[in-house]
Amino acid sequence: MITIIDYGLGNIQAFVNVYRRLHIPVTVARTTEDLSAATKLILPGVGAFDHAMEQLNASGMRATLDELVLVRKIPVIGICVGMQMLADSSEEGLLPGLGWVPGRVRHFRSVTGLSHLPLPHMGWNDIESQSGHSLFKGLESEARFYFLHSFYFECAQKVHEAARTEYGLNFSCAVSVDNIYGVQFHPEKSHHFGVALLKNFAEL
Amino acid sequence: MLRPRIIPCLLIQDGGLVKTVRFKDSKYVGDPINAVKIFNEKEADELIVLDIDATVTDREPNYKQIAILAAECRMPLCYGGGIRTVGQAQKIIASGVEKVAISSAALGNPQLVTQIANEIGRQSVVVVLDHKKRLLSKQHDVWTHNGKVNTKRNVLDVAKEMEALGAGEIVINSIDNDGRMKGYDLELSLQLRKAVNTPVTILGGAGSLDDMRAVISSCGVVGVAAGSFFVFKGPYRAVLISYPDITQKEKFIFSALHPTH
Repeated sequence: MITIIDYGLGNIQAFVNVYRRLHIPVTVARTTEDLSAATKLILPGVGAFDHAMEQLNASGMRATLDELVLVRKIPVIGICVGMQMLADSSEEGLLPGLGWVPGRVRHFRSVTGLSHLPLPHMGWNDIESQSGHSLFKGLESEARFYFLHSFYFECAQKVHEAARTEYGLNFSCAVSVDNIYGVQFHPEKSHHFGVALLKNFAEL
Repeated sequence: MLRPRIIPCLLIQDGGLVKTVRFKDSKYVGDPINAVKIFNEKEADELIVLDIDATVTDREPNYKQIAILAAECRMPLCYGGGIRTVGQAQKIIASGVEKVAISSAALGNPQLVTQIANEIGRQSVVVVLDHKKRLLSKQHDVWTHNGKVNTKRNVLDVAKEMEALGAGEIVINSIDNDGRMKGYDLELSLQLRKAVNTPVTILGGAGSLDDMRAVISSCGVVGVAAGSFFVFKGPYRAVLISYPDITQKEKFIFSALHPTH
């Protein structure tokens, strides 16, 4: 069953609503026991990086999540700050990330030449996905998603970039390594484009 | 390419949807949930919902209604009205709202903007500045409490201050143009775009797609918001919710970004 990790952050209900409309079974996990039936995991997130990591680390689910994702290889998708948490570290905070996707999270302002770029990156933007990527099936052309962020994921290895977007520079707006996925934008608030992506994730 | 945002702005009074003219003469236009459902179907870019009574009547935000709206809303939602504390902002974000708008409280207690930004992230903090042109002057003053209290402060100075304090977006709302559907204040819009480095959204005065196009043409990628234009149809202001589809947006509004020579 698709299981949304509820550690106190992110718009849980929006994901539940999308899957209910698609008639795909979905549940919300607040404890380790709630994770027992998970076959797919969604890690949402909003706000500051350290706060999100603190909340997840304090949720009691961290060790089980490592086991499910790294040992049992259950597909997981991080959304927005949830994607940034997959990284090794973030310029926004001091705590280590989950370290599931090699890379670090950077602020747009720390890039030379972007001092006047309006931030946050807010609104609907195009994406260019890796050809044939299963998360973007049917979304190869004309897909646009809603973004709301000032930090972005910098992959340590280009091969982990599943899609990119241009805002001041080209950045990885989606990553994937084996069973681990992340998207910077908000599929739960991106109308039919986002529904298609969440459906693709359910069908992986 | 990042697109300009075309944003319906819904006003709530006594739990129902209303539309005002110059912040007065509020007319009941329907049920908020029904409006959200229609904007879902029309795939609106974002939605702003403002409870215009909450601050004036010194009431807590209506969390129950906010949660229902957020659950129904399939696009990003910005909610404002009556937010005076960090705890209230957190509670609203936790109920599934993407952005909280603060107005009167940000003017009365500027540190609140910083405190809220530290807790929920500045990307979710919107400051809405209601403004009115000063008589015999070019200055636009910021007004609070639903257009009843004049702070006598220049809207552009306040916008810069709010950015420095931690606002992630500045919305300016023209009291003079509200509900009149005669076009936006283009000069002030451009001044605001140049004054701050956050996203900005212009509200007040839209009567046509051309009015929206004019803002994009002079300011580039900004948010353009409207109330009356999306809820009224025709000279008798019959209530009929509308919103341009992707093709109309590209053809009549966004094309202003790439002028043909």
